[in-house]
Amino acid sequence: MSAETMTATLLAKINPLDYPGPAWSPYLVGALIGGLSMLTFYFSNKPLGASTAYARIAGMLGRWIAPTFTNSLKYFQDNPPKVGWELMLVGGVIIGAFVAALTGNELTGQLLPAMWQERFGNDSGLLRIVVTCAGGILMAFGARMAGGCTSGHGISGTLQLAVGSWISAICFFIGGIVTAMLMYWS
Amino acid sequence: MAIHIDKPIHADADNKQSAAKVPVESNKTLVLGLFFGILFGFLLQKGGVAKFHVLIGQLLLVDFTVVKVMLSAVVVGMLGIHLMHRLGMVELHIKPTRLASNTIGGLIFGCGFALSAYCPGTGAAALGQGNFDAIAMIVGMIAGSYLFAMASGWIARKINPVGDKGKLTLHEVLPINNTMVTIGCAILLSGVLVALETFTSR
Repeated sequence: MSAETMTATLLAKINPLDYPGPAWSPYLVGALIGGLSMLTFYFSNKPLGASTAYARIAGMLGRWIAPTFTNSLKYFQDNPPKVGWELMLVGGVIIGAFVAALTGNELTGQLLPAMWQERFGNDSGLLRIVVTCAGGILMAFGARMAGGCTSGHGISGTLQLAVGSWISAICFFIGGIVTAMLMYWS
Repeated sequence: MAIHIDKPIHADADNKQSAAKVPVESNKTLVLGLFFGILFGFLLQKGGVAKFHVLIGQLLLVDFTVVKVMLSAVVVGMLGIHLMHRLGMVELHIKPTRLASNTIGGLIFGCGFALSAYCPGTGAAALGQGNFDAIAMIVGMIAGSYLFAMASGWIARKINPVGDKGKLTLHEVLPINNTMVTIGCAILLSGVLVALETFTSR
């Protein structure tokens, strides 16, 4: 039995390949993102990275709710919360993806992704919200501890051949593959 | 010793600001950030990586779109940015290698990556595309960032120093000349892409 049929048998009910793939070639999109990172280095002197923006919001909310405590935390002393490039970048990502989905007729407008519904049922909205939120908490904690996320380490760090970025990126996938297999192969 | 790469030069000035006042960067910086973000989000959505099943498909090792996008970006960016650096056009932004923090943080991130099926960048793109569950990821990301900040003093003292190698790159690890390392890595990763294109169905 080939590896592919084995995978197909194991997945049995849910197969990610049953759902539509990317609109554009992943190689073209990747090459353009590589070009985009050259632009951000040149014009903004910054690498592409998404996770910092969320820490900025956390810091701003923290300073609003509990200023003294928030200001006492090491991370926010080293990285003062501010409205800056990183936050605008993530805001821009939401707008850009909206335009892309609109022009490609791929707007979803739903809480539950189709494949999730097939695996966990149509009435699993609360489960999805809890799981997604828990995922966000772990990602933010892990990204800050590792020093970046899938874009900051996974693209910007690895392309500079930083050893820590390659280690982090490989660990992102090891952790992700193990967890996903536990969730979707049972 | 802990080195903070992302720390802005004016961090000390920022620290002295009152709690109520949130510093805002210059308009040019903000407009460029927004502009590059729009391009990034557009590309992420067109590349399919904002889609739930594409992300999960990658982690189940049946859909290799995510790795194809990432490695293509890395090959082009690696050649481009190292060339621009050689020409004195750009500065590098190398994050420190800290073996324990990179590994533990990376594995924790990966677990969250599979749970939400979004990452911090593609989750924002997923929201733009209309996946409302990404809002829960964003709320979680904000909460998780604050939790990390609460633990940051302890992590900086106890975990970061374990295997701290500073701003290490493959150029320093490999005993061959810098240009060869960069070009060699680009060729190697291109080979991986050719193999993926040959042996995967998507």
